[in-house]
Amino acid sequence: MRRGRGEPSQGAPTQKMWAAALAVAVLLALPAVLSGYAVTIFILIFFYAFLAQAWNIVGGYAGQLSAGHAAFVGIGGYTAALLFERGVTPWIGMFAGGALAAVLGAIVGYLGFRFGLRGFYFVLLTVAFAEICRILASNIDAVGGAVGLYITFTGNPRQFQFQDQRAYYYIALALMLLATGVVALIERRRFGIYLTAIREDEMACEALGVDVLKYKLLAMIVSSFLAGLGGTFYAFQNFSLQPGAVFGIPLSVEIVIRPIIGGAGTLLGPILGSFILTPLGEVSRSYFGQSGLHGAHLIVYGVLLVSVVLFLPQGAYPFLRKLFTGKQA
Amino acid sequence: MTEPATFSNRPPLLLSVQGLSKRFGGLQAVKDLTFTVGEGEIVALIGPNGAGKTTAFALISGFLTPDTGAVRFAGRDLGGLKPHQVNALGLARTFQIMRPFPRLTVVRNVMIATLGRHADTAEAERRARAVLDELGLGAKADLPAGGLTLAERKRLELARALGTEPTLLLLDEVMSGLTEAETERIVELVRTINRRGVAILLIEHVMRAVMSLAQRIVVLNYGERIAEGRPETVANDPRVIEAYLGDEEIRA
Repeated sequence: MRRGRGEPSQGAPTQKMWAAALAVAVLLALPAVLSGYAVTIFILIFFYAFLAQAWNIVGGYAGQLSAGHAAFVGIGGYTAALLFERGVTPWIGMFAGGALAAVLGAIVGYLGFRFGLRGFYFVLLTVAFAEICRILASNIDAVGGAVGLYITFTGNPRQFQFQDQRAYYYIALALMLLATGVVALIERRRFGIYLTAIREDEMACEALGVDVLKYKLLAMIVSSFLAGLGGTFYAFQNFSLQPGAVFGIPLSVEIVIRPIIGGAGTLLGPILGSFILTPLGEVSRSYFGQSGLHGAHLIVYGVLLVSVVLFLPQGAYPFLRKLFTGKQA
Repeated sequence: MTEPATFSNRPPLLLSVQGLSKRFGGLQAVKDLTFTVGEGEIVALIGPNGAGKTTAFALISGFLTPDTGAVRFAGRDLGGLKPHQVNALGLARTFQIMRPFPRLTVVRNVMIATLGRHADTAEAERRARAVLDELGLGAKADLPAGGLTLAERKRLELARALGTEPTLLLLDEVMSGLTEAETERIVELVRTINRRGVAILLIEHVMRAVMSLAQRIVVLNYGERIAEGRPETVANDPRVIEAYLGDEEIRA
């Protein structure tokens, strides 16, 4: 069969596999040489890359800009933490949280997609959903109210708790690889190909026999399930959940901004975005924080975001790919 | 008007439009429209601008819901079906204002169509490339669709509709804005597609193409059918001439 530009060539997959294997090997070996602080940064890089990759399915590939993905993290985290209080291990609670997030994702998605909310209206719907979750969690005492939930530290791996930060490093890495594997699978299948077309023109898709509502919903469900899994990691790495932190707009922004900077709708964009933004955010947060300028790291985000939108509207990954291979992403 | 003779020679019914009406506020876009398309037939829907042709297409293909009337296709009532369901039954349409996926490659554009019947991506791609080769777009298969010329985009629109393997193809002005040579090429393509058994309902302003392709013509004016019949009969119908030239008569 003939091949052309932009289509994967026969030789490339093995080459890519080797590159991916090498990268994973390096990341697996890294904790041996990293300082404790660096390990913490890498945990955040992987975790945010994981959430960004989850968002990428519905926001990047399907082009439905959810600006409330923090809600799914919160729902997942609260579910696992509340189940843990009742004696259910977070290893199970994690999937319960993911499932509940997926159900709510399906409901929000249905409301948005069924009634044709696009662009800004879908953004507003998802923000409103996350805010409703935050306000509910803040006001219901049974789930901790405004104080939130605290998890007693036991250090028991069966309870998703570890003495050694490196354990969280490997779990976060596994989550990032899991989400990336899921996206890689989706990308090659009919589902993923449909999503890229839905992003471009829904009406044309319908005319060609694509059940647009079904595939957008499916994207939302997979995406919110993964984000929900992340909630458990968040809860049991921080040993606490506050409504403002897990349901709030700041976390949603952290999730959205990485794939946009790195390249929304590409496999490696969210990871690249997290490798760029997470260290930058952490360094500027502590640097400005020391000088008493709390929140100044957001200025750094803002400048980066504006620059990317102006100069690399497709994101950093497609730009780098073109730079090094001469191919369109 | 219609001669009884054409009725007796008609092929089995594929599409039947019965008393279709659609109103947008104060505008009666389509009014009590009735016509049929037989299996393997080529029927043209013509009429002055604003006569309701594109609205009729939207009503038939499920993009609009009619106020009254019914559409039956291959023995099924299409009432309440969504566009993608109508397409899955074998009724494909093109858009007058072409809607390619500009950032996807040309072959990916057609794969969106072929994937509906072939979930395996390799098979869907093989079929998409075969359609593109047939329509003379094979060399452009791996380029982004956004870079195609107008004539190429028209053929891509046709390729995508064909990719869904329809038994009835609704073509909305696939020749408008093309040069004579390009138009001739599309006419030949439409003829080839039809010879394989695909029925065709086309909206077209290029009368030469209509006269050479259509076995039957339905004429709309102000949303109503004012004439129907064989091309030569319709062309000489005084009501059709008036609908097209009415303005000039007023001026004269």
